[in-house]
Amino acid sequence: MTRLKRAARTHIDNFKKYRFLLRELVGKNIKLQYRNSVLGVFWTFLQPLLMMIVLSFVFMQVFGKDSSQTGNYPVYLLCGRLLYQFFTSATKRAMTSIRRQASMIKKVYVPKYIYPLSEVLSAFVTFLISLTVLAVVIAYFDIRNSDPVHVTWRVVFVVVPILITLVLSLGVGMILATVSVFFKDVENIYDVFTTLLFYMSPIVYRPSMLNFEEGSIQLRVLKANPLYGLIGEFRAAIMYGDEVLRPWSQSWDMNLMYYAAGFAVATVIIGFLLFYRNQDKFILYI
Amino acid sequence: MGKYAIEADHVSMRFNINKEGVDSAKEYFIRMVKRDLHYTEFWALKDVSFKVRKGDHMGVMGFNGAGKSTLLKTIAGVLKPTMGTVTTEGVIAPMLELGAGFNHNYSGRENIFLYAATMGFSRKFIQEKYEEIVDFSELGDFIDAPIKSYSSGMRARLGFSIATSVKPEVLILDEVLSVGDAAFREKSEKRLQNLMGDGVTVLYVSHSTDRVETLCNKAIILSHGQLIANGDSSDVCAMYREMVKKR
Repeated sequence: MTRLKRAARTHIDNFKKYRFLLRELVGKNIKLQYRNSVLGVFWTFLQPLLMMIVLSFVFMQVFGKDSSQTGNYPVYLLCGRLLYQFFTSATKRAMTSIRRQASMIKKVYVPKYIYPLSEVLSAFVTFLISLTVLAVVIAYFDIRNSDPVHVTWRVVFVVVPILITLVLSLGVGMILATVSVFFKDVENIYDVFTTLLFYMSPIVYRPSMLNFEEGSIQLRVLKANPLYGLIGEFRAAIMYGDEVLRPWSQSWDMNLMYYAAGFAVATVIIGFLLFYRNQDKFILYI
Repeated sequence: MGKYAIEADHVSMRFNINKEGVDSAKEYFIRMVKRDLHYTEFWALKDVSFKVRKGDHMGVMGFNGAGKSTLLKTIAGVLKPTMGTVTTEGVIAPMLELGAGFNHNYSGRENIFLYAATMGFSRKFIQEKYEEIVDFSELGDFIDAPIKSYSSGMRARLGFSIATSVKPEVLILDEVLSVGDAAFREKSEKRLQNLMGDGVTVLYVSHSTDRVETLCNKAIILSHGQLIANGDSSDVCAMYREMVKKR
């Protein structure tokens, strides 16, 4: 017991010592992301906004989607894509973090988990900043009074799916970071996988539009994706707070939330174990 | 607080050198199935034990490939030894390669904070040292330019200034005294001697017995990964000169 305690103590001390570095790295990632671009940090707002416009155009004009089943479709899209974008950018950046910091890892001792952690946190900060776009778009539709979104006090529940996604991103990021040190192939595979994930998550469609029967294998596969529930809950908290007015939105499926939370915790545990087991070998491979 | 700043206890370091680099999963599995994963073992360090008292200045000598850099990297914590342990006390400023922790898109100013953070220093702490670091590095207005526009000399000067300004407890020097031009070299040497007088523990890697004798009171010799001498610098330097002659 005392040994365990001592180990925990040294880890906490070590983390305290390097918390400044964590802050510097997060700040660095955010600052450097848009350095040398004319619009700078505005891209954090502009990028999701433009993406929303493109996707709205494609799916509304070309595929004939409208807001009758989803509530305001552009807002519906934006909610889903913001959370999806946070997850993919956090995990992709965490995945390559060890390789990108190779020159540093080879020369200076720093607890290595700091690198994937800082990437996930900076993606998180970028995500939080980009949430203002969502507020602006909702306000825009409200002012124009065309299909406005009724945001209620239940919007505070967004915290739950956001935090679970953060934990999930960290876990998946740690696993990918470890594996990609030894096998660079993972980076290519993951690119394809995230595209698959985009269509497997309810971003451009509503699950009910798919006409899968309850309990069918297709629906089970979809629900196995933790983002399925997370995006649903995230969006429900923002758009479907007044369930009385929107009868199609029985969205608070707590089972999906428990599943996502369990999934996230499991990936973090696996991720850290895998990372710790292998971190001393990193330097020999990068 | 112990008496020793660095304790190396039966440190061995093994590298597996695979003849053809296998870094794709496909190749790895094919080779695993064919049982074709050949590694050549290479022991860069073999059972090295020594202690460095606080305030000691220890010279590390040995021919190329003797394991000096590997030893320093295990002490700096960059490499974990295959066997044995290395225990260190206090803040280590590893100057294995000056400016290793720099980000090239960052300005000199931003890099000062980043670099210091890798040694565990807060922004506030460095703020106080900031003027001193910039003055010493002689970078002047370049401090706000991105590091990628610096010459290697400028980069090294900045790295040296940061590493020595924060008053580390252990300083690892890998022949970095040849930084910058003659004037800067003189200045940096003076600063190192000040630091050494302040009771900083120093590990100094050099091929020059003269330098080790003047700067260090203790010295060790590594040969093919083994520790073959450990003692007062004058004795060890004499031995090293013999080795060089015989070679």
